[in-house]
Formats: sequence, C-alpha cells, structure tokens
Amino acid sequence: MSWIRITEIENIPVREGRAVKIDRDEIAVFNLGDRFAAIENRCPHSGGPLCDGIVSGATVICPLHGWKVCLDTGDILKPQVPVRVEVYPVRVSGGVLEVDVPERQPMEDRRRGVAA
Amino acid sequence: MKQLVVIGNGMAGVACIEQILKHEPKFEITVFGDETHVNYNRILLSSVLAGEKDMDDITLNGLDWYQQNGIGLQLGVRIVDIDPDGRTVTGDDGSITEYDKLLIATGSSAFIPNIPGINKKNVFTFRSLDDTKGLIERSRPGMKATVIGGGLLGLEAARGLQVQGCDVTVVHLTPTLMDKQLDVVGGAYVKSKMERLGVRVMCGKSTRALLGNGKVEGLEFIDGETIDADLVVIAAGIRPNVTLGLKAGLEINRGIIVNDHMETSHPDIFAVGECVEHRGTTYGLVAPLYEQGKILAATITGNKGPTYEGTVQAAKLKVAGVDVFSAGDYDEHSIPGTEVVRYEDAALGIYKKLTLRDGRLAGVILVGDISDSGRYMEWLRARTDLTVMRRSLLFPEPVVAAGDPGVGVAEMADGETVCGCLGVTKGAIISAIHENGINTFARLKECTRASTGCGSCAGLCQSLLKAVAPEFEEETKKVLCGCLPFSQEQLREIAKTQRLKSVQDILDIYGNGIGCEVCKPALSYMVDVIWCGDHEEDRSARFINDRVHANIQKDGTFSVIPRIRGGITSAAELRKIADVADKYKVPMVKITGSQRIDLLGVKKADLPKMWADLGMISGQAYTKGVRMVKTCVGTDYCRFGTQDSTAAGIELEARLENLFTPHKVKMATVGCPRNCAEATVKDIGMVGQEGSWQVVVGGAAGKSVRKADLLITAETTPEAIEACELFFQYYRENGNYLERTYDFVERIGMEKIRKETVYAPEPVRKKLLARLRKAKMLSKDAWLERDTPVSPTQFVQIQPMEAVLA
Repeated sequence: MSWIRITEIENIPVREGRAVKIDRDEIAVFNLGDRFAAIENRCPHSGGPLCDGIVSGATVICPLHGWKVCLDTGDILKPQVPVRVEVYPVRVSGGVLEVDVPERQPMEDRRRGVAA
Repeated sequence: MKQLVVIGNGMAGVACIEQILKHEPKFEITVFGDETHVNYNRILLSSVLAGEKDMDDITLNGLDWYQQNGIGLQLGVRIVDIDPDGRTVTGDDGSITEYDKLLIATGSSAFIPNIPGINKKNVFTFRSLDDTKGLIERSRPGMKATVIGGGLLGLEAARGLQVQGCDVTVVHLTPTLMDKQLDVVGGAYVKSKMERLGVRVMCGKSTRALLGNGKVEGLEFIDGETIDADLVVIAAGIRPNVTLGLKAGLEINRGIIVNDHMETSHPDIFAVGECVEHRGTTYGLVAPLYEQGKILAATITGNKGPTYEGTVQAAKLKVAGVDVFSAGDYDEHSIPGTEVVRYEDAALGIYKKLTLRDGRLAGVILVGDISDSGRYMEWLRARTDLTVMRRSLLFPEPVVAAGDPGVGVAEMADGETVCGCLGVTKGAIISAIHENGINTFARLKECTRASTGCGSCAGLCQSLLKAVAPEFEEETKKVLCGCLPFSQEQLREIAKTQRLKSVQDILDIYGNGIGCEVCKPALSYMVDVIWCGDHEEDRSARFINDRVHANIQKDGTFSVIPRIRGGITSAAELRKIADVADKYKVPMVKITGSQRIDLLGVKKADLPKMWADLGMISGQAYTKGVRMVKTCVGTDYCRFGTQDSTAAGIELEARLENLFTPHKVKMATVGCPRNCAEATVKDIGMVGQEGSWQVVVGGAAGKSVRKADLLITAETTPEAIEACELFFQYYRENGNYLERTYDFVERIGMEKIRKETVYAPEPVRKKLLARLRKAKMLSKDAWLERDTPVSPTQFVQIQPMEAVLA
C-alpha cells in the first residue's frame, strides 16, 4: 500500500467527482464538501464512469443507468445486488488529496477474486 | 348600547375587537386609525418590500368586515387628547367623540436616535405601509442603502432592499446581530448568512452623523470611518406610544401599565398591544397581542375572570436562506445553575442551543434549522419535565411508523401553534375542519388563514387535514422525491416567494439538505427558469450531460451535435465538420432525424478542442432544452410551398436556442399542409397554408405518438412566431421537469393554455414575453465554456502529481 499525491483539492468541485488514472487503474475521486472519497471508476453494471455521476450524500448515482453506489463501502444500494466496487482510503495533506492504492495486484485480478 | 372607542386600527386593536365581538353584551364600536389603510398584517411588510406580496395581499380586515360588524371606522384621524372625566376623545380634525369604555391600542413607533442629519431626505423608518411604499418608490437597483440597526426588523428591511436591487449595508451598534434574540455564536451565524446573501454587515458601529447636503449621502461613525449611502433606513428599535396615556393621567412606565386583567389605572380605560407594559415587560411581537386581546375582551365586556400571565417571547426570522428562532431566556449566565445543550455545524450553518433549569427548558436558539421550533415552544409553554428526554433534546424521537402522516401531528398538543405567522393552533385547525367540513388545503387556508403567511407550515397543515378530515381530497400534487415533501408546483412557488436562487439553498431550507439524482436536476431547472437565468448555477446538481454539454454514450464517450438552424447548412460548414471528424478520429458521423449531424464516440477531453475547431454553437442535443426547428424546403424551391418555412424556422430557432425547458423541445415549420417536416408531431409546429400559419403544440412521435393541437391560426409570420414564443415560455414556467409538451397540454387543457397565452390580456402576454427575453438575454452558448471552464478540471482527467511505479 502506498499513498499517492493526486491533485490540489481545489481541482475537485464540491459534490462532484473526477477521474484519475493511476497505472492501469482508473479511480473516481469525490469532494463531499466536508471530506473526500475514492472508489473504482467503473460501475459493475455496464462499466459506467462513476466520476460523472450525481453525488447524493455519501452515494453516487451512475450516469448510465442509475445504479447507486455507496462511497464509503463500495456497496451497490440500488438495485440491491451482491457486488461492490473497490474503495480506497483518502487523506488531505498540505491541500493535496492523497489516495492509498495497493501496489501490486491489478484491479482486474482483484475483481475476479471478489466474484469467486 | 354602550359606546366603545378604540384608538388604533392596527393588528392589536382589531384583533382585540374580533374577540370582543364574541362576547355579550355588545358595544357600539368606533375605531380611529391615523393611517389611511384598513387593518393590515404589519409583520408582512418585509414581504411587500421584497416584492413577494402586493400591498393588497396583506390586508387582514377589509372595509366589508367593518361594515358587517357595524363598526364605525375613522381613518386618517389621529386622536390628540383624552378627557377621562368627561369621557371624550378629541381628534386632530377637531371632532369630539364620547365613550363609555376606551381602548388604547396605539402600538409603538420607530425609535429615532438623536443623530445629527437624521432629518435629511431619503432617510426612512420601516414601520408602516406608507414607509414601505416610500422605500419601494425611492429604492433603485444599484443604489447604496444602509440600514441602521441589525435587529429583526433591520435585517428584514435589508433583505427587502437587496431584493429591490440595492447594494445593502447593515450597521449595528453592538458586536452581535439580533442581540435581543441571539447570543454571540447565533449572531455570528446570522452575520455570515447575511453576508453570503450579499449584504454587508458592520457590527460595533455607532453612527455619529448622517452626511449630505439636504439629501443623505453617507454615514460617519464615531471611529471616524465613513461610508456612502443614497438611502438610509432607521431600524434602531421601537418605543411604545404612551402620549395619550400620559394625557389621560394613566400610570405609565415604559408603556401604559396594565394588570393581569388588562386594566389600566383608570376603570374606563383599557390598553392592549405594544403600547402596554405588563409585569414590567413590553412586547414587540405579534403573539402576545393576540393573547392580551382575548383577556381584555373578557374584562371589558364585564366577563372578567381570565388573567394574562405574560407571553413566552419567541421570535422567528424568515428571510431566504436565513432561518432563526429564539425564545425564552437563552442566556446560560443569567441565573446560576443553568445548563446548556448545544449543537453546531458551521459548514451547514446550523446552530442549536437550549438552556435548561430544573430539568425544564428555559430558552432556545435555533439558526439554520428551525424545524423543531414548535416542539420547543410547547416545552417552554407547558414547562415540560424533560428528564426522560434528556438524551434526545436536540433530535426528535425516531418516528415509529414511517409513512403514517398522522404521527408527527399526532404528537402535537392542541394548543401548539401550527402557523406562527397568523397564530393558528392545531386545535383551531381541527375544529375548523370539523365545523366547516373542510376537505382541501385551499379551503383550509381560506377558513383558518393558516399557511397564508410565509407558507412554511404547508406540510404540517396538509398532514393535519389528512389525519383529521373524513374525506380529504389530495390536491393534484405529486411529491417530487423523498428529499423534499413538496410538489413541483409548490417548489416553484417556494423558490419564487422565498427568493431562493440555488438548488442547495432549497434543499437546505425545505428539504433534507442532501438531494438526489431526481430532485437536483429538477431544482436546477426550476431556479434557472424562475429567475430567467439569473440564478446561482450549481453544476454538481446537473446531470453529466449538462456539466460537459455533450451526450454521454454507453461506453462513457460523448456525442457532439452542433446547431444547424432549420437544417440549412453550407458546403464550407460541411467541410469543416468533416475536417474535425478526421482530426479527432471520430468513429461515427451520423445524419440525425433532426436534420443535424452527430459526431459520436468523442472523448471528454477532446470536447472543448472540437467545439473550438468547429466554431459552431451547441445544438443542445444532450439536454432538456431547445433541440431544433426542422424545416421543409419552403417557398424558395418547392413548387407547392405557400409559406417561407425555412426563414421562419431559422428565425424561430435563433430566438429560442440556448434556453432550457422542462423536457426537450423539438419544433418544425412546414410551408404547406403536406407537412414534409412533420410539424404536427412536434412539441411546437408551424404549418403554413395560403395566407396564414397554423400554430400547433403538444405533438409527439417518440415513445408516444400524438397529433399536435391547434393553438391559434396566425395571419403573419411574426404573429405565428410570437404565438410559439408565448406557448414556449408558458410551458417553461408551468411544466413539471421531465414533462413533455404532449403530457403538459393534456394536464393543463388547451382551452386554459390559449386563455393564458395567445388569448391572454395584453399585459399578461407582454410579461410572458419579457421574461422570455430576459432569459434569452442572459443565456449563452454552453460551448463557450471551452474558453472559460467553470472549474479547471471540467473536461480533463486528472493526472496524479506523483507518477506511480508499475
């Protein structure tokens, strides 16, 4: 695990998300007003860019078909399906958003791991 | 019959007369008022100043009420003397009137501090309808207005003047705004909220002089600082009007002293309202007047018995964005042993503080969220023992059966106030429902006047109706979503009257503060259309298409459709489009069904560059807005054309483009009834025929197929286009978000639509068009954000600052 400096926090408007490419993985970072959150930028339904969704409290709604994803747990809240997206720890240091991403395993392998 | 003379035609005097009329024996009543208006709701003067209400809207008792009750009304007559021995009053018109009983309800006047220059022109007080009229007449957009006094009235005046377009400063003597109602922390919250609304606040400032030559031009403070001002409002407090009491030889301190039966020191003279002092307290709010009036009515009619014990003082300030409630003794330092329970959320602007003594509520301050004010007021009144509730004082008990509308209201005591503006209790509403067989919200408002003030109790009133009325008829309203308990129509009304210009403000004040993917885009549309584009745009509340002005596709790429008015293009334009398609390797180029060209499969980051290279404006193909005007060839080349449909179509599109609508609006103009551009299945269509146009609306050929209805037949092209514009703006203002015109025309009915658009009186049509023009003027091509993005990362994918090792 390692913390990666992403961007100055001003670059993410309040209640909006942005995509960040880290290695081969794409992560969606969100500014929730009082804190930040980071999840995998891929809706488990049909791969929609979650960073482009409308934020509602601590959830984001996928812009393609309206799946609702919890930004704290990665659970899908609507519809209720037993899949989830990856959630990454975040912190702000010196006005810069940092995300903790696992170093080795690429995301695809982990997802398969979860499904199995 | 005995003669009762009432001096003062204000809220207190007339409310007291209403009570007296309920008792026996009857009096012959004469009322003197020095203002020339019938009795009006003084607390709504700020709404008049803010343009939310007309002067006529705040009348409480019209002339017919005086007539029906046989009350003699003398308006514009000021009583200047009382002879208590001869039992007469003398008016400033020289008239002498005899009385058996006299009621003094002279209220209070604005306190005018002794500042040099206070008599200069454009210095106002804010107490009466005439004051308010003067302020409205004198204030102009851009004018510098200063309000001296940051109390309740001062802040309301400030907000009202701001709505009139003035550049407003509030000057307050002490360091804390509303220091009669708030502590230091609460005052600071209100200050920051006022500042957020754009009002400049200067605390701890004592005015030394008003500057200017004849007309006021500025203020000078004791510390030497000066500020410019074209208009000054004095709101430095009120003083009871006691002069007549003095002349009658009554016992006077700050006000006319009354006992618990509301009797003065003279057996034939009574007093009520802001001019009285009871147990050492004078009042400046509305609730005590009503309570005093009830007691006085019993005493004066010889039914002496009930006593007035004083009123728990409560203040509610309700101006857009700033909600404040304060009651009782909230100062934890005033009496030793006072405990404090506090809650603060600076980011949300919420502050709650309760003071407790002996396990009972002593005082309360609420800022930012006053939803629990009714409960706290009841605890104060009933002196409820709170020991068992100690852990949940700041949060309501969890509702047991969610969805049961009766639960919230069932918990309320009958004496609890539902409508704070008009002082209507739950009990009064229930008995009105039973006695009058009320079954709609509209009738409830009519009969009880509840919810006719600020309207914030609408939800509560409706729940009461639902729970109590045997045949409650739910009005044709559907709640938008779970985040806000209001229909879209109500929300439009709320945003308009409360002057709310941002989605988040509406959610904070009237909803759960969070919002969702359903209400946020809907509210975004509402504030845009209500304020004709002069709203606070919040992109986080928009769907992604409206954040990047392109239509998101199934793979997360976007499509680009430039506007091609009327479907008329040129070889040069087509060449440019082809070059752009090549340069950005656009995977698919498609001719759309709307006579336009779609470039599909574009990466978000390429959008601004493509728009710049195209040099064309947005076709709004991604949004709920003006799509296109499809046209047929028309008279230029067609052998059958009777009207110039291409020119008309281009003109219509140019007039409406860049505007937003409840749902997408597709239009068409055709030059003859052969209808080659399918105008009769469009939201708005113009069908040319020999010598005229048929303007048709509400057509569809999508999920639903519907033939459009005839709106009007217009002889000339400008008339036809104006008819389209009238319908277009009417739909914008009255359509629910995501309601297509084909549902809209069926919901409203063509007859009503015609009556309120093309057949409306000229001033109505003019206003509709004026709002459309204003919105059009403030609208702009969304694609210009390529040069001025709303955030530095609007179109880009963020690159991490540190490269990551693979």
